[in-house]
Amino acid sequence: MAEPVSDDIQQPETSHQLRFDAICKTFPGVRALDRVGFEVTAGTVHALMGENGAGKSTLLKILAGAHRPDSGNLVIDGEPHVFQSTAQALHAGVAVIYQELHLVPEMTVAENLYLGRLPASRGWVRGRELQKKARAQLAALGEEISPHAKVSSLPLAQQQMVEIAKALARDARVIAFDEPTSSLSSREVDRLFTIIARLRDEGRVILYVTHRLDEVFRICGAATVLRDGRHVETFPSLANTSPATIVNRMVGRSIDDVFHYTPRPRGSKALDVKEIAGSGLSAPVSLSVAQREIVGIFGLVGAGRTELLKLIYGATRPRSGQIEVDGKTVHIRSPGDAIAKGVVLCPEDRKNQGIIPVRSVMENLNISSRRHFSPLGFIINSTRERANAARYVQRLNVKTPSLSQLIVNLSGGNQQKVILGRWLGEKLKVLLLDEPTRGIDVGAKSEIYSIIYQLAATGVGVLLVSSELPEVLGVCDRVLVMRQGRLVADMPRDRADAEAVLRLALPIQLNSDTAVPSGACAS
Amino acid sequence: MTAANLPPDPQATSNLPDGSAMRTSRFSMIRSVWDSAGMLLLFLLVFIVCSVAVPDFLTRNNMIGLSLSVTTVGIVGCTMLFCLASGDFDLSVGSVLALAGVVAAIVTNSHGMVLGLLAGCCAGAAVGAVNGLVIAGLGINALIATLATMQIVRGLAYILSDGNSIGIADMRFLQLGNAMIAGTPAPVWIMAACFVFFGLLLHKTVFGRNTLAIGGNREAARLAGINVTRSKIIIFAMQGLVAGLAGVVSAAQTGLGDPKEGQGLELRVISACVLGGVSLTGGIGTILAVIVGALIMGTVQNAMDLKNVPTFYQYVASGLILLAAVLLDRLKRR
Repeated sequence: MAEPVSDDIQQPETSHQLRFDAICKTFPGVRALDRVGFEVTAGTVHALMGENGAGKSTLLKILAGAHRPDSGNLVIDGEPHVFQSTAQALHAGVAVIYQELHLVPEMTVAENLYLGRLPASRGWVRGRELQKKARAQLAALGEEISPHAKVSSLPLAQQQMVEIAKALARDARVIAFDEPTSSLSSREVDRLFTIIARLRDEGRVILYVTHRLDEVFRICGAATVLRDGRHVETFPSLANTSPATIVNRMVGRSIDDVFHYTPRPRGSKALDVKEIAGSGLSAPVSLSVAQREIVGIFGLVGAGRTELLKLIYGATRPRSGQIEVDGKTVHIRSPGDAIAKGVVLCPEDRKNQGIIPVRSVMENLNISSRRHFSPLGFIINSTRERANAARYVQRLNVKTPSLSQLIVNLSGGNQQKVILGRWLGEKLKVLLLDEPTRGIDVGAKSEIYSIIYQLAATGVGVLLVSSELPEVLGVCDRVLVMRQGRLVADMPRDRADAEAVLRLALPIQLNSDTAVPSGACAS
Repeated sequence: MTAANLPPDPQATSNLPDGSAMRTSRFSMIRSVWDSAGMLLLFLLVFIVCSVAVPDFLTRNNMIGLSLSVTTVGIVGCTMLFCLASGDFDLSVGSVLALAGVVAAIVTNSHGMVLGLLAGCCAGAAVGAVNGLVIAGLGINALIATLATMQIVRGLAYILSDGNSIGIADMRFLQLGNAMIAGTPAPVWIMAACFVFFGLLLHKTVFGRNTLAIGGNREAARLAGINVTRSKIIIFAMQGLVAGLAGVVSAAQTGLGDPKEGQGLELRVISACVLGGVSLTGGIGTILAVIVGALIMGTVQNAMDLKNVPTFYQYVASGLILLAAVLLDRLKRR
């Protein structure tokens, strides 16, 4: 294949091979993977790319045995497998190294390396043998980590090395990395890549999940792109492939099919944020949203987008800065204050921050707006509770068997509609949306977009955060880009194209001979 | 209908297809009855079995005794319901009960009954407010925080009383615990009033709904604009106040402010709530669950007493009942 294994390195004893064979997986309301099949051979690092929601993590979890596919299987070295548990996957020689490491922080490095298989006689751990084996394993990796050290005392990069050593201690044939560099310094990244290269030369199958193009071209010799749960293309060699081609495959072209965008006339400023600063931002941020305008914020995970919304919403206290709503300065100290001023948020993490899972659709809908129709703001009026909930269930086309259904039983799209519906009883001025369509299938997505358009048309200013590039480009009138805690660009819809936006969002700039689009503001 | 052309906001609510009602099979009807009133039916079953099988059970005197025996757990359970519903619990209630009894006895003897009553309740409310501030304001785990106050407050009760029970001289105070109103002892009326008041507070007010929302998902509730910190402080202060009230009532029943009173009460109250179907993880709870939970515990206890079951066996039996109730609840949620 493209990336030749240098001859002076000792030839691998065996060369392993992994094939995904027509893997399907459906979650309630979402088809996460649709007949995904491709082959990963040893001798080269194989990149798995795609946007959020493309199905990368689901595929990885199936590989790790954490999810079971509805159909299809994994073929490792010619032998088909359907893992029922993570233990089976480990046994078959598959190791997945997740972004959040799976180590026991309060145990020693040695104990972690042999977790579940401590050398023992009659139940008593053989301490000396454990230390010896652990030391040998770490030495083989070229790491100077004491096997006695507590994992929690190590820096993150070394913890990651422990995780890799753990995979090697099991002699894993297939090692998958999930965004391994997201919290490493560039020196640590160099070190990691040296080790990945060595694992590759040993004949192991290496799958490398990322959305960083620079890394793909640095370490990977082949790549597979997923989009919307489907296999788009596998590049067996990246020698003649340009980053633009890959971005193009990741984003797809069919933007207008889902979005049905039509321009709206803008009004005066609905939201004006001046020099807001606080946790998660590395520089003060200023931005404004006009009435009837939809402004998108694009950025990678960790770019500070969610933190920015939370500062505006009063969910975290800003250190400094000023906020104007409809031209009037407002003091927002809590979400309650924000709501009273007509500023509302649909949070990013629907399950943990949006829904109250054990309560009904009606309860979830009325949670905030009931104060407008409860006598004294205190006493529940059951009739009006029902009427209010029924009205928004119907208006937003929420598919639920009844108002008393527990919200957790609805699909993601319908849950999101309920959370949107929560705010429709307020005097809305600014709608903050954080990843409003994450994990939602295409049909429900387009319904949510049209709700957003309708709200905008009534005069609401919308600030929409997304890590899905087509969404930002397809829905918004204006696109802001955030990178590493600061706002780096502000461009109108017609000047925002996929590649430029993605480049601006990447933390390590590609050899940027492409001009930064005009309208970009350096802050 | 697609959302692309939303219908103009119909005021009519009746055309919402209420599928659950339309598709009601016999099974789902049984299920919904079981979900809402399963433990009540179980209580009635237990009650009928006891009436038939245990001599002297269904007599007027025994019924009065039974209802008196559940007053403390019932009263304190009203506010424990709020603690549990909001996703926390309070282990200090037994100690608060003792402190309130001691304070009430001391103040009654020196300043008269009215002040004594107030002082007892206020002492409870103060402890509760401290619990709330520590838990919600400082973010300390409720288990640790109330475990600490449980011991501190028990200590205070001993210090104030010098380790002895304090007799109450004022006969009017004893009336509170022993008077019969319409053939029913005063403490039972107080418990009934608590059930009504806190039942309405939980089910019919915004505060109650917010409590359930906080227990269901604290962060979501906060982002929906609910003032979580303030709600929790109020909940714990209420819990303290009501535990104080229970302490005053129990002192009035015995005529003693006893610093040893209420040992293990916290676990009996939490058991009763969970037995009735209040979720330990928060978000689910009804006043009916507390009533039924307290009644089942009281009835079984009473029947075992009448049958002369030795105390040692009674412990085993109450533990088994709790375990069975939780297992039933688990099956229910499948």
